[in-house]
Amino acid sequence: MIVSTRTGSLTFAEVAPGKGMDVALARTPADVLRWIDASGLRGRGGAGFPTSLKWELAAKSPGALKYVICNADEGEPGTFKDRVILADFADLVFEGMTIAAYCIAARQGIVYLRAEYTYLRPHLEAVLARRREAHLLGKGIAGRAGFDFDIEIHMGSGSYVCGEETALIESLEGQRGEPRNRPPFPIDTGYLGNPTTVNNVETFAWAACILARGADWFKEYGTAKSTGHKLFSVSGDCQRPGVYEFPLGITIEAFLQEVGGEDAKAVQVGGAAGQCVPRGEFHRALAYEDIPTGGSIIVFGPQRDMLRVAANFLEFFIDESCGQCTPCREGTIKLLEGVKMLQRGQCSMDYLEELCSLGETMQLASKCGLGQTAPNTFLSIVSHFRDEILGRTAAWSPE
Amino acid sequence: MFLTERERLRDELVELADRFGRSRGALLFILQEVQNRYYSISEYAMQVIADLLDIHPVEVHSVVSFYSFLNERPQGQFVIRLCRTITCDMAGKDQVARQLENDLGITFGQTTPDGKFSLEWAHCLGMCDQGPAMLVNQRVYTRVTPEKIHGILQECRQRFGVHAVADGKELPQ
Repeated sequence: MIVSTRTGSLTFAEVAPGKGMDVALARTPADVLRWIDASGLRGRGGAGFPTSLKWELAAKSPGALKYVICNADEGEPGTFKDRVILADFADLVFEGMTIAAYCIAARQGIVYLRAEYTYLRPHLEAVLARRREAHLLGKGIAGRAGFDFDIEIHMGSGSYVCGEETALIESLEGQRGEPRNRPPFPIDTGYLGNPTTVNNVETFAWAACILARGADWFKEYGTAKSTGHKLFSVSGDCQRPGVYEFPLGITIEAFLQEVGGEDAKAVQVGGAAGQCVPRGEFHRALAYEDIPTGGSIIVFGPQRDMLRVAANFLEFFIDESCGQCTPCREGTIKLLEGVKMLQRGQCSMDYLEELCSLGETMQLASKCGLGQTAPNTFLSIVSHFRDEILGRTAAWSPE
Repeated sequence: MFLTERERLRDELVELADRFGRSRGALLFILQEVQNRYYSISEYAMQVIADLLDIHPVEVHSVVSFYSFLNERPQGQFVIRLCRTITCDMAGKDQVARQLENDLGITFGQTTPDGKFSLEWAHCLGMCDQGPAMLVNQRVYTRVTPEKIHGILQECRQRFGVHAVADGKELPQ
């Protein structure tokens, strides 16, 4: 095993690799899609798009060349569960990709692995080679004539925005990783203009588990709109950071008890692009219908300065903005300037309100998810921590 | 660059273009390989790649300048990337950064005069539960303290001449 920090037991460790694919290949692709649909599985990268619908749309798109892409560009601050999945359960991920290929009739799969995870590559290549030898990849998979599918690994080159599916495809095509306008969506106009499904690492692994254990087993946990378990990456001011698995719908309060972060004053859910949830809202649930998340949970203890948090995330977005659209490119810089004014205790309420309105404009007018979510943390900190951020003096301290 | 060096580089680029295919889709593969071998992608290399793929050199430059792991400026043999994102920040990355600057005698964004080390900031390395984290080339170090820096640099110096590549077995924990 390579790098692994997990607590408790993960479902992925209990599901035997291979079972899901056996079950899938004994059924028609349409049956497999119905099975995934019945489970209610939604995208584990955070956006929560129904997985079966994405695959079904790609399956129905005309074209002889189709692609299955695994988004392993795990760059969201505070997220590391995909690293653990790839290190410990790569077989399940490749199995899920193969099942997706079976559903949409793809012949080629690509894992887009972030440059920061280059050290995982030899391990992943070895797993792929083993699967080829076992006829789980290649021509006539598992003895089924006509089912040809193979997976290759493409390396990223260091760019957060490439986690956005159309930017990822641009990058695969040898371009700058700038998001495209949508529509058209990748399901009909994806990699090299062909129908493509792009899914998160964890989504593929769950798909394999659902085939192995059944849709009812999966649905037993979670809420009606957010079925199943989800992996969480927990870091920050808590006693037991690491990778956790919980049913969706868990409240932040219950979550903090599990990880030993009961005294938190705020929790960042969903990374830099997510939202900063203050103590008063810890009764809220981690679910697509309440606070959606790709699994990043960063705990802020009472000693933390929330303006430092806001500044850190804005610096991140300024660096990672691709610069295509103005609201994102310029807005992030303006918001950081505002945070620095607040830190010096020199921001008027009028100007702060103007900055908030700029943030809302960015949410509406930016081209892709990066710019649309970049102001989130700024806005939640400004609305929930007024006492802390207004009228600062040099003597200010968090506690 | 000497003429002979240029010729050798050109031959290598032709070989890479043939290996990855002379198409736009091969561009990043070629650039990544050049970066690995030469620690940077020179203007000359970009021009030759553009010729081989039949695209404008500006397009090659636009791609090189977009990605943080591709560099126009020459980089050291060991590129140290310290994570600056929030959890590593809370875990004490500032102190680690200061000690790196002290021990290397350079600031972030610079390369040591002997060409051995470059110091860069990185965004989230996906090691948030074990911060502060940093990458030295492809190798990841976690729970780095200012005190550990000297040992890590010594380890690199001893491997001088070998571009450090983690093989998966050397990783922490």
